Amino acid sequence: MAEFVTVADVFEEMKLELVNQGTGLERKVETIEVNRPGFALSGFLMYYPSERIQILGRTEMAYLHSLPEEDIKDRVLRMCSFENTPCFIFTRGLDIPAIFMEASEKSGIPLLRTHHSTPRLLSQITSFLEIRLAPETLVHGVLVDVYGIGILMTGSSGIGKSETALELLKRGHRLVADDAVEIRQISDDTLVGTVPPLLQYLLEIRGLGVINAMTLFGAGAVRTHKRIEMIVELEAWEEGRPYDRLGLDDVKKKILGVELTSVTVPVRPGRNLAVIIEVAAMNQRLKRMGYHAAKELSEKLLSSIQDQG
Amino acid sequence: MITTTVTLIFPEGMHARPASELVKLAGKFNSEIRIGQNGKFANAKSILGLMSLGIAGGTPITIECDGQDETEAMEKVSRFLTETA
Repeated sequence: MAEFVTVADVFEEMKLELVNQGTGLERKVETIEVNRPGFALSGFLMYYPSERIQILGRTEMAYLHSLPEEDIKDRVLRMCSFENTPCFIFTRGLDIPAIFMEASEKSGIPLLRTHHSTPRLLSQITSFLEIRLAPETLVHGVLVDVYGIGILMTGSSGIGKSETALELLKRGHRLVADDAVEIRQISDDTLVGTVPPLLQYLLEIRGLGVINAMTLFGAGAVRTHKRIEMIVELEAWEEGRPYDRLGLDDVKKKILGVELTSVTVPVRPGRNLAVIIEVAAMNQRLKRMGYHAAKELSEKLLSSIQDQG
Repeated sequence: MITTTVTLIFPEGMHARPASELVKLAGKFNSEIRIGQNGKFANAKSILGLMSLGIAGGTPITIECDGQDETEAMEKVSRFLTETA
């Protein structure tokens, strides 16, 4: 998980212009939020989030210029006195006052500039930081897209995850990642799985070795990333173990703090796992649309019992 | 669960051949065996997972074993990573 990005990363990604040549590009950005320091410019520094990237646009600069000379100096010096401010970014290619150049040079805070407008920069920079600073984990499993539902298959080694993925590919579904899935939490309730770059489109099948799903099945058979909606856990069939026979209660499992619907499918020779997973995906879609087969059965049963009584 | 950190002996790092040997070795144990560095871990029974880590030779790697035969697994795996050349 990336705990920070450097100002240099932001600088390169956003194609910014570095105004004060020199150091400071190694400074760390640790928050996703950015700040427009309007209140700070007016001299109100209580709750000033100095640890955020500070963005100054036309409004901020116009306000600053409207102040008397000594006030401008005072505000700029105070804003540049925070050790933890990663950088200042000026939008619309605005001119930067000499006092800002001097003060930032002293404190080593980089001044960056873009020709974009403030709202545009804000949205670009926030989505960049959201992706780069999102909590991340590597999971042992296979991620497939079945009828548009991202399914993470987990289970111990050799249980048949990759073989099931292969069967699903033959049935026209898509592979995202085999064996190692990088999972990022991009919002409070959304997990997105990708494949580590080195393993892109590869599958490992016992007895065949490593095969490439894209060259074998075509570009339509693979995806680079997919939102994960459910977990299917494969486990060896054990006689006498109670398996869910109704599916009345949704079992949830947590990855990075996000709850996902989880089903456990026992594996036994002769059970067609690909079909079971296809149906699990379709059933998940039905539930999302509001139809729950097990619940409906249970309700019908209840009302028929009540009718008798 | 037991954890150890060792230095990988293979000069070329965890490339295809040592990874496939390690997977064979790890597969002999019931324990869950995880290998990684810098907070990124992969299951030692998964060849693609191991290769995705891209571990360089001479760097410290952490081994985690969890299960009934964890002591024996740890001993064999750490010996494989530090002594096989």
